Amino acid sequence: MKDGETTEKKAPAKQHPTPMLDQLEDGPWPSFVTGLKRLRDANDKPFAPMANDLLGQLNHSYEERLGFWKGGTVSVFGYGGGIIPRFSEVADRFPESKEFHTLRVMPPPGFHYTTDILRKLCDIWEKHGSGLIAFHGQSGDIMFQGCTSEATQPAFDEFNKLGFDLGGAGPSLRTSMSCVGQARCEQSCYDEGRAHRSTINRFLDEMHRPALPYKFKFKFSGCGNDCVNAIQRSDFAVIGTWRDDIKINQDEVKKHVARVGRKYTIDTVVSMCPTRAISLNDDDTLEIDNKSCVRCMHCINVMTKALSPGDDKGASILIGGKRSLKTGDMLGIMVKPFIKLETDEDFEALEDFGETCIEFFADNALEHERIGETIDRIGLPAFLAAVGVEADPNMVNHPRTSSFVRTDDFDEEAAKWFERKAHEAGLTVASE
Amino acid sequence: MNEVTAKAKPRTADETGVPDHIQYMHPVMVANMGNWDYHDRPRAGVLRHVSKSGQEIFTVRAGTQRQMDVFTIRKLCDIGDNFADGHVRFTTRSNIEFMVADEAKVEPLIAELTASGFPVGGTGASVSMISHTQGWLHCDIPGTDASGVVKSLMDYLHKEFIQEKMPNRVRITTSCCQINCGGQGDIAINVQYTKPPKINHDLVANVCERPAVVARCPVAAIRPAMVNGKPSLEVDEKKCICCGACYPPCPPMQINGAESTKIAIWVGGKHSNARSKPTFHKLAVANLPNNPPHWPEVAAVVRTIIEAYKKDAKHWERVGEWIERIGWSRFFEMTGLAFTKHHLETWTGARKTMNSSSHIHF
Repeated sequence: MKDGETTEKKAPAKQHPTPMLDQLEDGPWPSFVTGLKRLRDANDKPFAPMANDLLGQLNHSYEERLGFWKGGTVSVFGYGGGIIPRFSEVADRFPESKEFHTLRVMPPPGFHYTTDILRKLCDIWEKHGSGLIAFHGQSGDIMFQGCTSEATQPAFDEFNKLGFDLGGAGPSLRTSMSCVGQARCEQSCYDEGRAHRSTINRFLDEMHRPALPYKFKFKFSGCGNDCVNAIQRSDFAVIGTWRDDIKINQDEVKKHVARVGRKYTIDTVVSMCPTRAISLNDDDTLEIDNKSCVRCMHCINVMTKALSPGDDKGASILIGGKRSLKTGDMLGIMVKPFIKLETDEDFEALEDFGETCIEFFADNALEHERIGETIDRIGLPAFLAAVGVEADPNMVNHPRTSSFVRTDDFDEEAAKWFERKAHEAGLTVASE
Repeated sequence: MNEVTAKAKPRTADETGVPDHIQYMHPVMVANMGNWDYHDRPRAGVLRHVSKSGQEIFTVRAGTQRQMDVFTIRKLCDIGDNFADGHVRFTTRSNIEFMVADEAKVEPLIAELTASGFPVGGTGASVSMISHTQGWLHCDIPGTDASGVVKSLMDYLHKEFIQEKMPNRVRITTSCCQINCGGQGDIAINVQYTKPPKINHDLVANVCERPAVVARCPVAAIRPAMVNGKPSLEVDEKKCICCGACYPPCPPMQINGAESTKIAIWVGGKHSNARSKPTFHKLAVANLPNNPPHWPEVAAVVRTIIEAYKKDAKHWERVGEWIERIGWSRFFEMTGLAFTKHHLETWTGARKTMNSSSHIHF
């Protein structure tokens, strides 16, 4: 849109034409443009002029193929993060949305809400903000988008009084997310919501007053399906698993085979087991070699009624997942193959390990380095030594292939391994 | 707002942290937490979870535009109050879920959602909502507008959202810069810059912390320089990989251009551990134009990939697993896309992506 271009419609006030955005109102999918226009057209609401200028600026972006926001510094009293400041670079043409900050607000675990609480959140945002809310951002935050600098504090105060708190931004502990978990999923292996809340709430200082080398994210998934992308997208991924055998209801297996056919069962369950741990018996029951099973979840996903995780449940912890910046993509590394998460002490131990990792990160990472990069830089053995974890074959795809390593203390290290194994087997060792 | 200015000192935050979720949960879910037995899907968009107690809960999943106005949210709340039991949740892909304990409420709920323009689906082997980022609407460094790309694509993919007719679930993501906030996907639609940053040397000294910017560059292509008598930065354009990492800490190093900001499409990312281990997505095609408001060139490639996958993959194979079976030669053949030198990894760990065996596909 060019300056001075007049609208053909006789719209109240000065309504920006949005020819590009108008094309995104058709089609079967809900349109964010139609939503923005509802805000613009709510003439009795304080946010209507802001929505009008926002639409104008967005249409301008569509025409110029460029963004026109810049960052800055905005925060609420006592906090250093949680607000994403946005100042318009084209405020001369779109003055009402010249300040369009986002409040990142932490969601409840599992993203559960009542309609009542959603209405209250809407009412606050209608009063202080633009009326535009995203459920949710990629880190899990409820994103209240579009707030003036002046309204930021009162908006936060009202959210806060309702029991909501700001999330992370900048070099800090970030907002976390967890899957629906045991609230509604039979595949859940621990109380994701409790782990999520207790862990994050222990480190709120690291979230609200950014002082880490770079971002640090926790994510909590109840099983290997990893519905919140924890391994790819978090520095500290907690993934549910179990140690004992998969539970099989053979009657249900037979019913499944009868329903979908033997060939289809073999093709979609037996042949797809990554470790060849399943076979179909002649009587259409399943045999599972649990020692070879890697708890990938596939067979359980296919036969939801016949198969389920074992009883000795817990979680694995993987450290160091992240995307491209700066040294390349990283998936988390398996660092704790199994922890129990049942008692208060178990959850406390999880939090303690989180604290150990955050402290390691704070002390050792370079500026703008993620913990996965720190581990790459110093080597996994040094990281393990720093956080007090012993090497375990589950940490690797395979042992090293390079001989370029000094091994003169190999025997001492091997002795520690055998001592540990003896401990696990309940034996007393000579050194004690 | 006058009361704020009047106050000498603002309110001190109550650092409440992550709110308690149980207070918002459907009572049947609270009663059966950790005691669920199995689930099935009576139809696309509906999950039925059965507890060991015998209780059931039905979930109806619907797509939203993610960037929602308060009127849309209130509409969803009205539906929740009138047809569900006043409890909702959101999925990681911004779908909304309504939980009802009474099966008789399922069909009227679906009818109301559909009539109100919220497509019911996104379960099982469907194409779920595209996870996306902020784009031109709100980001300070965007190369494109995620919401628009997503709206255009979901209009086209609507049918695959409301039915479960794909080989397995398809997770699509979009990202408006190479930081890739949208994450990994079976298909990822990401901005790919193609030109080095254009530097406004008048502003660098005042706006940018120059040593931090130098340190940010993954290929050490940025160095301090005096330009027109002012301290600034310069880029060795032969080394520059046009990643845009310098742009967020130094906005005068503009990486975007109306023509030079392009779109690349990546395939085969998977976050689940089911069957194969999690994988990153891999380059399928680059240099597609950033063409609002409908991004037709992007949509055409996505359509081609989805159709090839739908036709050829075995049940439960994700896009990456399908390609692993048929081989990359066949993927490029089936999709009609070009394989170029730019598909050869040159970054950290490149050698591990090469084929060092005699295994080949014809």
